[in-house]
Amino acid sequence: MSQSHSFDKSYLEDGTGFKSWFFTHDHKRLGVMYLWAIGIFFILAAIASFLIRFEHLTPGQTIVDAQTYNVLFTLHGAVMVFLFIVPGVAASFGNFLIPLMIGARDVIFPKLNLYSFWVYCAGAIIFLIALAAPADTGWTFYTPYSIDTGANVILVTFGVFVLGFSSILTGINFIVSIHKLRAPGLTWDRLPLFCWAAYATSLLQVLATPVVGITLLLLIGERYFGLGFFDPAKGGDPVLFQHFFWFYSHPAVYIMILPAMGIISEVIPVFSRKPIFGYKAIAYSSLAIALISFLVWGHHMFVSGQSKLINIIFSVITFAVAVPTAIKVFNWLWTMYKGSIELSAAMLYSLAFIFLFTIGGLTGLFLGALAADVHLHDTYFVVAHMHYVMIGGTVFGLFSAIHFWYPKMWGKMFDEFKAKIAFVLIFIGFNIVFFPQFILGTLGMPRRYFNYSPEFATLHQISTYGTWILGIGFIIMLYALLRPISNKAEANPYKSASLEWAMPSPPPTLNFEKIPTLTASTYDYGTKLEQEA
Amino acid sequence: MVNSNTYKQYFNIWLLLMFLTVITVGAAQFDFGSLNIPIAMLIASIKAGVVALHFMHLKYEDGMTWIFATYPIFLLFLLIAFSATDIFTRVVN
Repeated sequence: MSQSHSFDKSYLEDGTGFKSWFFTHDHKRLGVMYLWAIGIFFILAAIASFLIRFEHLTPGQTIVDAQTYNVLFTLHGAVMVFLFIVPGVAASFGNFLIPLMIGARDVIFPKLNLYSFWVYCAGAIIFLIALAAPADTGWTFYTPYSIDTGANVILVTFGVFVLGFSSILTGINFIVSIHKLRAPGLTWDRLPLFCWAAYATSLLQVLATPVVGITLLLLIGERYFGLGFFDPAKGGDPVLFQHFFWFYSHPAVYIMILPAMGIISEVIPVFSRKPIFGYKAIAYSSLAIALISFLVWGHHMFVSGQSKLINIIFSVITFAVAVPTAIKVFNWLWTMYKGSIELSAAMLYSLAFIFLFTIGGLTGLFLGALAADVHLHDTYFVVAHMHYVMIGGTVFGLFSAIHFWYPKMWGKMFDEFKAKIAFVLIFIGFNIVFFPQFILGTLGMPRRYFNYSPEFATLHQISTYGTWILGIGFIIMLYALLRPISNKAEANPYKSASLEWAMPSPPPTLNFEKIPTLTASTYDYGTKLEQEA
Repeated sequence: MVNSNTYKQYFNIWLLLMFLTVITVGAAQFDFGSLNIPIAMLIASIKAGVVALHFMHLKYEDGMTWIFATYPIFLLFLLIAFSATDIFTRVVN
């Protein structure tokens, strides 16, 4: 690749055909491929969820039998978690943005980055074949059911094991890149908050993922060789599986949400034209979340039979993890206070994130309280809570990013009006789907049940109708994004101060012809400095 | 990295690892009762430490690398401590 070739052409024009993409080392192309991949898996898992909800339109069988229902919710949960939301924002926008934001020409290990993508593809193929086999354990693979079931477990867990390597390698790449490749003047206290969030996410990916990998290997050993780690008859303990599983899977919740929080920290100052409030508090709260997230896994196990003492300890620490999260929400709100707010589609998704994630977070505290959890555990309340966090949080954050960085990524402009219509439908549809589930849960409707009592029918039906509105919203959003209104985007249409906007849209392959030197914060909106510029 | 081992040092470390392997096999010939696992873990930890320090060059790295290398040990401690707290304080009816 010649030097002029790499700076004159955009990364989208620098080579065409399958090979130029599948063998690329370019972080931006890899980010885009991750985005397409997670997008396809999101649609697949969403279709499964529409079928699940359709099944619940009436008590008893509506469209599928009980076993198919089990397969569908396993497919939905497992694909959403392992193929969409864990790699999600970190692998797609992390890859695309981190080198641009830190003033580098690529990540520090570009070949490892490509390898990581290939491992993701291999893991995804294994995983999907295994799910089609089919699997029926749900995404948590709890013992003893996962040891005894006649459905497919080993291949699914092996797929997750392979996917874990991709996650670890991406995390290592981001951590080392942020340490070693920051442009001159880009000190830690000027590092964009998305990079701080990606850094904290990467720490979790590197430190927690090996634990689930080993746990799933133990499960495979248990099924193949009857090792007895989780079998009481052999001196083992099925609850030990849950300890190991949640030691990864609770931090994994923050692998999912932290990058989305980073996006919100980038979008809100731009569309409020104000410097971010409490930069250091937001940056360090990402690290605090990463740290504390390792200490709260037992709140998933309050009714598993674990001891009262450890229940109390985990409950107390769970309340602590709310503090750094609340710090972020407070700072985002204060950033907007007296700002010159522009309600673009990206900003609307960010505002919805704050609203919905706050509901998700606060209802998480209900579940962290021991007495309330005994009543609410394994009910639809939990389903609603985790969807308010995962969709209301992560997916709305991802949608905000897709709209905000669309001009930079594709060099085109989408129709804001259509995007806003889509937002309204998605926001309303989402709340119609999931808010009734809070009520269903408090009334005692268990989750993952094929059938339900007639008294729950109305709330189930409202929830199902919501999915139809949500689906129409998704289709309009896709239409708006896939049918741009202009094929020429400005370099910086939103007047952002961050480094990625200081280059043409879409960026050239090697990003910066000359590595920039930073002399000020990238959040100087509405200040004298910005007015002079 | 500011320094690294010489070939002679690598050879000596390899000899040490071989010696510790002999100790591992030897220790397995005796029954120490409840100390069987702690003794095996101790020898394995010493071997892992020697590999990390010399073959993985941790001995010559800066403080940041040490934090990254040792933090997972703290997490392992947490995993064992919390799980063990549950198991040893659980009331089984």
